[in-house]
Amino acid sequence: MAFVASRPEPTLPAPVAAAGVLGWLRQNLFSSPINTLVTIIVLYAIYRIVDPLISWAFINAVWTGTSADACPDGHGACWAFVRARFRQIVYGDYPLDQLWRINVLYAIFAGGLVALMYPRTPGRKWVGLFMLTGFPVVAFLLLVGGVFGLRFVGTNNWGGLMLTLVVAVTAIVGSIPLGLILALGRRSEMKAIRSVSTAFIELWRGVPLIAVLFMASALFPLFTPEGVNFDKLVRTLLAFAIFSSAFMAEVFRGGLQAIPRGQYEAAKSLGIGYWKMMGYVILPQAIRHVIPALVNTCIGIFKETTLVLVIGLTDLLGVIQLGLSDTDWIGGGHIYASGYLFAGLAFWAFTFGMSRYSIHLERHSVSGKNQALQTL
Amino acid sequence: MNEAQGAAMIEIRDVHKWFGDFHVLKNINLTVAKGERIVICGPSGSGKSTLIRCINRLEAHQQGNIIVDGIELTDNLKQIDAIRSEVGMVFQDFNLFPHLTVLENLVLAPHLVRRMPRAEAEEIAMNYLGRVRIPDQANKYPGQLSGGQQQRVAIARSLCMSPKIMLFDEVTSALDPEMVKEVLDVMIGLADEGMTMLVVTHEMGFARTVANRVIFMDLGQIIEENEPRAFFEAPQHERTRNFLEQILSH
Repeated sequence: MAFVASRPEPTLPAPVAAAGVLGWLRQNLFSSPINTLVTIIVLYAIYRIVDPLISWAFINAVWTGTSADACPDGHGACWAFVRARFRQIVYGDYPLDQLWRINVLYAIFAGGLVALMYPRTPGRKWVGLFMLTGFPVVAFLLLVGGVFGLRFVGTNNWGGLMLTLVVAVTAIVGSIPLGLILALGRRSEMKAIRSVSTAFIELWRGVPLIAVLFMASALFPLFTPEGVNFDKLVRTLLAFAIFSSAFMAEVFRGGLQAIPRGQYEAAKSLGIGYWKMMGYVILPQAIRHVIPALVNTCIGIFKETTLVLVIGLTDLLGVIQLGLSDTDWIGGGHIYASGYLFAGLAFWAFTFGMSRYSIHLERHSVSGKNQALQTL
Repeated sequence: MNEAQGAAMIEIRDVHKWFGDFHVLKNINLTVAKGERIVICGPSGSGKSTLIRCINRLEAHQQGNIIVDGIELTDNLKQIDAIRSEVGMVFQDFNLFPHLTVLENLVLAPHLVRRMPRAEAEEIAMNYLGRVRIPDQANKYPGQLSGGQQQRVAIARSLCMSPKIMLFDEVTSALDPEMVKEVLDVMIGLADEGMTMLVVTHEMGFARTVANRVIFMDLGQIIEENEPRAFFEAPQHERTRNFLEQILSH
């Protein structure tokens, strides 16, 4: 016999788990004697690691000084080294009286990024357009100079964070459109285009980046005609962008493959041509699917820029390494540790920012309203 | 042809098509007059969907001729796009664009293909949303609508291109039973307005009341073609009788 409802059942609120901090603590950390023991042991272990770290990094650290003498061994971290080298870390060997040019660029770059990330910026589309087209030109003119009364500064004076950002931003911004085109090419119905794209991707993806960089710096000049001299940095930037585009292409291809055939057919049946179909129907969906992988690749590129070290360019990490080999700063391992820890934190700050932004993008583009992405 | 109402909208002559080695369409001949409503039925795998997908070149035929509104379908991409913008198609799985709102789904093609100003395209879109009776859903995303509502949006999206021909590919097969009627009602309304329609469906009630002709396909061939009453009451062919018995026996 079935139980038949004789009256409408009331709608009840969901039961609440143990409320408050104390409830949470009891439930998760102290629910049984063994659990309590484990909690205590782990807390003690954390204390044993964190306590010396804090005294090393803050309490016993040396903050001022002009040479390794200021940081005797057995003391704490040697932040004095980072402070003494801070200008090179941020600006490289750029002429002192011209640093304002880099500062202006940093300001435009930071302002542009913030404006782009904030969804309610007025004229956000135009900001984006400027950052992609105008900004590189402004950056080039300001950094290189030689026009509008700006003193010429050769790329051999570039370095530090500025160089890291130049390489990373060019590689990322350059490799995205190239990667998109390669991904579309690899899925093309035309065999010639498909073969060329596939070969290009597989070639660049299969070679170690270090080999590519050495080729760009040492081998490439052998093939260029006499008198034509590409700047080493330009060659490096090209190498980075092309190398990264192969990885970008595969990311985008993954996204394209996730789009059901019906989406192509619906667009085609409405008479929408190939490029418009891609631009308005397929890619907006495909790119949303691959935001995590895309940001993953961007973070990878950002960290790989440190490899420019091997061809004699001094990026953020390079400047620190160079400083550590300075005779003024020859000292114990704690100076090394301080320098590299700072470099690690600097890189981490940028990549963690990218990661947070990607999470924000995912939440807002695949908004709860738009569940169709799962149902279709 | 009975009650030919003027020039042929679609002419299919001696068409063959293969998927690899599989001969999916065999010597298809069919002429559709303006304003005619044709229902195509048959067992799955009989080639009925492939046939209507050849009419807007979602599938390419390998032999024979297909002429739509005076334009022959060849590899010429310009002509294919021109024909596609005149031939609306509605799919079993709706295939709405999930990243766009209902209104944006409707406005997209007129705006991109016909270069219609946004305001005008939106006005037309709202008009069609009214006709499929869901103007209040214009700013929602497809994922927020029921299957029946999504399918009605899909029909409205096709209509926004003011097509001369509408192709329906099993449009009620993926719907819950209680939503089938709302979609069929919209199609009946279209039929009453004189739209040329080719409908692949298993809805025999719809075929009976709306179609001018019913076509039965099996194994890639057109086996039988007749006006609905004769088709259902006196099927000529053994296989048609078997098919009808099977789908009408419940």
